[in-house]
Amino acid sequence: MAVIKLPESKVQQLKNICKSFNNDKGELINVLHKAQEIFGYLPAEVQEVVAKELNVSVAHVYGIVSFYSFFSMVPKGKFSISICLGTACYVRGAEKVLDEFRKQLNIQVGESTPDGRFSLSCLRCVGACGLAPVVMIGEKVYGRVAPEDVKGIINEYANL
Amino acid sequence: MAKYRMHLLVCGGTTCRSSESESIRNALEESLERNGLENEVKVVSTGCFGFCDKGPIVKVIPGNTFYIHVKPEDAEEIVKEHVLNGRRVERLLYLEPEKELLATGSKEIGFQKKQIRIALRNCGFIDPENIDEYIARDGYVALCRCLTEYTPQQVIEMIKKSGLRGRGGGGFPTGLKWEITAKVKSDQKYVICNADEGDPGAFMDRSILEGDPHSVIEAMAINGYCTGASKGLVYIRAEYPMAIKRLRIAINQAKEYGLLGKNIFNSGFDFDIELRYGAGAFVCGEETALIHSMEGKRGEPTFKPPFPSEHGFLGKPSNVNNVETYANIPVIINKGPEWFASIGTEKSKGTKVFALAGKINNVGLIEVPMGTTLRDVIFKIGGGIRGGKGFKAVQTGGPSGGCLTTRHLDTPIDYDNLLAAGSMMGSGGMIVMDEDDCMVSIAKFYLGFTVDESCGKCSPCRIGNKRLYEILDKITKGEGTTEDLAKLKNLSEVIKDTSLCGLGQTSPNPVLSTLDNFWDEYVEHVIDKKCRASSCKGLMKYVIDPEACTGCTACARACPVNAISGERKGPHTINQEICIKCGTCMEKCKFNAVLLQ
Repeated sequence: MAVIKLPESKVQQLKNICKSFNNDKGELINVLHKAQEIFGYLPAEVQEVVAKELNVSVAHVYGIVSFYSFFSMVPKGKFSISICLGTACYVRGAEKVLDEFRKQLNIQVGESTPDGRFSLSCLRCVGACGLAPVVMIGEKVYGRVAPEDVKGIINEYANL
Repeated sequence: MAKYRMHLLVCGGTTCRSSESESIRNALEESLERNGLENEVKVVSTGCFGFCDKGPIVKVIPGNTFYIHVKPEDAEEIVKEHVLNGRRVERLLYLEPEKELLATGSKEIGFQKKQIRIALRNCGFIDPENIDEYIARDGYVALCRCLTEYTPQQVIEMIKKSGLRGRGGGGFPTGLKWEITAKVKSDQKYVICNADEGDPGAFMDRSILEGDPHSVIEAMAINGYCTGASKGLVYIRAEYPMAIKRLRIAINQAKEYGLLGKNIFNSGFDFDIELRYGAGAFVCGEETALIHSMEGKRGEPTFKPPFPSEHGFLGKPSNVNNVETYANIPVIINKGPEWFASIGTEKSKGTKVFALAGKINNVGLIEVPMGTTLRDVIFKIGGGIRGGKGFKAVQTGGPSGGCLTTRHLDTPIDYDNLLAAGSMMGSGGMIVMDEDDCMVSIAKFYLGFTVDESCGKCSPCRIGNKRLYEILDKITKGEGTTEDLAKLKNLSEVIKDTSLCGLGQTSPNPVLSTLDNFWDEYVEHVIDKKCRASSCKGLMKYVIDPEACTGCTACARACPVNAISGERKGPHTINQEICIKCGTCMEKCKFNAVLLQ
């Protein structure tokens, strides 16, 4: 894998975050939350910086990143599409909605479109079960989504 | 506080906010200002009302008028008609489906009638971001009484007497848990709130934190007083940004008022609360895994004993309780343990919050006395099955629970009855299914979840669940054999008996309960190669109705594997050997000649 050169200013920002948590390894998860906010994802290079600052092995950091589904090692698209596959959404047809997104965007779950605009992921329950099936794009929630609505939803972002 | 003649409560729960309840609030405020009413009428953004399916909801007090599916453009009409002229806006009222009657007040709605709200007492009634409103509803009175009138042991006795059991799923007696932690000697102890609500389809803890965060803070402080802990930690899902925000506001307000911090109520008792974030791992709902996650490690469970009450966070005694359990505590102190114990069944006291979801009319959050029957919950409160279809099953307890059927409808719901019926209380998710749901697929869905969420530490859970999933997958594809059915049962039992933590010990429940209650359906899949719910794609075939087919060749041209043949303008046929069941032909056909059988 090609090595990513992290911008110096962002690395400094990351180091400051570690410092704000007293470089305490018990705060590793909180540090990673903040790091993901800065970089959008957690590539190996970011994990190396965190490991060094908190004085733990890179393997330990990787162990945490790979354990928790909230952390991602691949960059997300400009518009991150998440389909809820909680039980309530599932019984109301979320799988068909997911299939339609896959088909329209021509990508699989966990992937991004080649132009980097959209990425597709699944969620386990956002707790808006009254609106099932639910799709989230960024912060915006779409409720009672039917497969027929998918094209229109994607088109909303076409010119953004 | 200023006095207002009328309050407009706008639901600010996640579901309603997703449907723009914030714009409604703004529109109402603007409209009040336009009409010069801003000093007479107040708009309040509250927590969840529970009636999520009909959201966004606006409630007018006094009168309890309940408006459903409100849109920002309705604001002006509500203000002009209701606020100014005192006439209800009838088109926004809820229509009782059975009686075809307009429900004018919220208390008349069938959804509300059978409910008793203890844990949800303030949800949808107060502004969760304003501590004064909580205090006006007897907030922090219980903490004050505990600190100034009772010894820790007396409070523990009250909780024990109330019969309260853990609402996170296990049902362990809360008072007993507190007593055990209190008895351990240590220089530092911790009180932990488990807000890692991971069950898909369960949103009760989130709603409590969003609608009434102070009740949890107050109860944690009481817990700290009883167990001798000066520090509280809330472990909350990062997926719940609004709950996090409201909890933070509430903690800061409590600190400002001296209800958290040093020497609370001049009693010499110190207590503080910090937040810790989860990062998306279902297994962290298990208390030992949760504690490891809070320490910044992988959320893997460890063998009990030692229990967290002896060896918990950073090796110190820690008392872990769930959000809903905490929300009950202040009420038990204020109204007395006898009152609480008078509600419910012999061994399960009080009420339980359930999240109703799935194929039910009134999706939402409800709180009913223990011992209410499933029939009352589903048909009276839940308003029955969506679209007039037949009830098939209800899944309780999330991925750890089981599916109950029509023969369980009259079972009073409590911890022990649900266990006896092969399910469990769990955190209180209730997913209702109708005749269109295939029970084998549902079992497979849950196993898929468990396989994703298994932490991988012990092999029965890591490998066994994966094998279970594969067998179920095989059956839904029409490749199952009768041997597979025996294997399913056998393997499930082994996983239950040998897994390390609660996740693995309960993960085969969806399989076992569906095998028990829907044996016929499994047999149909395996022997007749049929799925009666028409949901298993592998068991379906696409055929062309020769009568309806016009021979336009659209399907044949679109078929990616050239499985369709036929003369132009003559009826076409699908070669089942080649067909990959992608469904393209059905989409392309303009004459509805392609059928799924």
